[in-house]
Amino acid sequence: MRDVAIVAFAQTTHTGHDTGLTEAEMLHPVIEEVRRATGLSRFGFTCSGSCDYLAGAPFSFVSALDALGAWPPISESHVEMDAAFALYEAWVRLQHGDIDSALVYGFGKSSTGELREIMTLQLDPYYLAPLGLDQVSYAALQAAALGRDRTELDEIVRRSRADGRANPHALDLPDPSGAEYEVEPLRPYDIAPITDGAAAIVLAAGDLARELAENPAYIGGIAHRIEPHYLGMRDLSRSPSAADAARAAGVGKGPVDVAELHVQFSHEEPILRAALELPEDTVINPSGGPLAANPVMATGLIRLGEAARRILDGGARRAVAHATSGPCLQQNLVAVLESAPSSQEGARRG
Amino acid sequence: MGERCAVIGVGQTRYTTKRTDVSIAGLVREAAIRALDDAGLTFADIDAVVVGKAPDLFEGVMMPEAYLADALGAAGKPMMRVHTAGSVGGSTALVGASLIQGGVHDRVLVVAFEKQSESNATWALSTHLPFGASLVVGAGGYFAPHIREYMRRSGAPDHIGALVAVKDRRNALKNPYAHLRIPGIDRAMVESTPMLWEPIRYLETCPSSDGACAIVLASEKAVTGTPAWIHGAAMRSEPLTRAGRETVSPQAGKDCAADVYRQAGVTDPRRDIDVAEVYVPFSWYEPMWLENLGFAPENEGWKLTEAGCTALDGDIPWNASGGVLSSNPIGASGLIRFAEAALQVRGMAGEHQVEGAATALGHAYGGGAQFFAMWIVSNRKP
Repeated sequence: MRDVAIVAFAQTTHTGHDTGLTEAEMLHPVIEEVRRATGLSRFGFTCSGSCDYLAGAPFSFVSALDALGAWPPISESHVEMDAAFALYEAWVRLQHGDIDSALVYGFGKSSTGELREIMTLQLDPYYLAPLGLDQVSYAALQAAALGRDRTELDEIVRRSRADGRANPHALDLPDPSGAEYEVEPLRPYDIAPITDGAAAIVLAAGDLARELAENPAYIGGIAHRIEPHYLGMRDLSRSPSAADAARAAGVGKGPVDVAELHVQFSHEEPILRAALELPEDTVINPSGGPLAANPVMATGLIRLGEAARRILDGGARRAVAHATSGPCLQQNLVAVLESAPSSQEGARRG
Repeated sequence: MGERCAVIGVGQTRYTTKRTDVSIAGLVREAAIRALDDAGLTFADIDAVVVGKAPDLFEGVMMPEAYLADALGAAGKPMMRVHTAGSVGGSTALVGASLIQGGVHDRVLVVAFEKQSESNATWALSTHLPFGASLVVGAGGYFAPHIREYMRRSGAPDHIGALVAVKDRRNALKNPYAHLRIPGIDRAMVESTPMLWEPIRYLETCPSSDGACAIVLASEKAVTGTPAWIHGAAMRSEPLTRAGRETVSPQAGKDCAADVYRQAGVTDPRRDIDVAEVYVPFSWYEPMWLENLGFAPENEGWKLTEAGCTALDGDIPWNASGGVLSSNPIGASGLIRFAEAALQVRGMAGEHQVEGAATALGHAYGGGAQFFAMWIVSNRKP
């Protein structure tokens, strides 16, 4: 496979409330930031991720094109998925060999709706959605199936929120406290906060990657898998699709300095840690992760950006990023980011 | 373009107003199994699944690919969901093809659908405050002014739209999957129907359909059966609200066509392409796209339509299947164009087969005529 690297990453200062900006207004500065960072005003391919249901109106991605100022017309596509999957599509497109750069972005304002109820609409409309099971309730089913110690989950939230307070882009959330349940066994602080935000990444292939960044974060492997939808058909305490994606991406082929995991509920961290077989010494979610800022539809892309940032900064040699979609970690994407290209053996394909 | 890629299977459902006998999952599975049967394969032979559809508000299911994973045999595999407005069916085919052209997979199942009977299309397509001024006019009301501007510029006579409506519906009578079947349709019948959005009459618009379309794509080494080889693939998008945007013949459409023609070595589309499946949801978009796609000089597309050049027995048949005017499960409509183009060059289009078709264009557009997806397929290996 062709060497492709993340060469620039930008994100908004995420907020826990609606600041009055439209999605396009929120996105525009982030696009400008990666354009400035790379000096590129046009890209070989552009791909984005967003969700109409967050706004309750069709075509969220159409107004994003206005933020881009897509003129002259651009080669562009959109996934109704987290933008991490848009990055995957762009990585595939760069493998064709005829273009060298791609812009990827994602955005979402979950403050304007009732996210946990909206997510119910993602379930099978005939057999599951009519039960009224909301996102927190089905996550609680998974947390119960896992049955982890409360002190372990509290520590995950405490660490994530402390790291988030040190991250200027994440929310400032206090240390977890309180004994009440949101939906047992989940406490309110186990749940990723409602967040508005956007993020953008620039991918570059071959020589262009070295020209645009001193330490490009090379995509050593990237893969994703989905598993059955019905919760009753899965062992909710495990994530075989994350494990398969991690194997295909080659996570276990070397040490992992940093892992950014798309953990929307505290109990998902041990599930993912086990599925990805991450070493004990791997630093998990140093950005604070989604438990400190969760701009839905950009959250997974931000994991790729935050993991890449550790390599772009020269601090890490090998990092892992994870993104998820669907109820109870139904679909998982895993990427390995490396400080050196793996062209000799070719990136693992997916 | 990367690795060679071919369509080796096509599956469609019979398009109709309401499929009350199947769930959404049942609908997509029906198309998928027909495409796999056509390729002589099963779900086990598929590496990845790509799903496309228009706004989720059509069925009230958010990101339905999660729920459809089981019905499409995707569990344990990569699955993606594409959404690029009306062009999505075409874009979905291109995203699937990209996985093969990029050397990532050998066999990809692409499925697009809409079950419009679950909702109201005009509602599901209308933005509202604070996201945009609510016109509450649906797609027809949005595009009618662009058509009137085309008529003003080109001086096209008023009856051209009715000719397209008649031609496409007559073709639909030869397509077993087509939704609208109107035996005896003629110009007088079209002109007797109510005016919906001047100059678009009732029979000059597309229907709302339930339906799904699926294709199986393969790398060169994984080809089974009869391949339709992809010779060119391109997408282009432009902003909706750019001042001075040419909405009658959008630049993104011209650029997208130029890109696929360059890849496929097409220099004169009317001569080099044998049959075209072009996204024409309102009759007048045939002459408009004839110009945008370079089949006719500016302001002269209507003359090709009037002279019968785009009829099944014309020199450049457009929408031999009956087109979007005859079947319109919105999210699938683009993929149907791409699939019908493949059927033609595989020689498998049945009664609406264009004899000797070797090279075909599949086209889709969406949004405010701002998203374009196209491919060129051929029975010859590139």
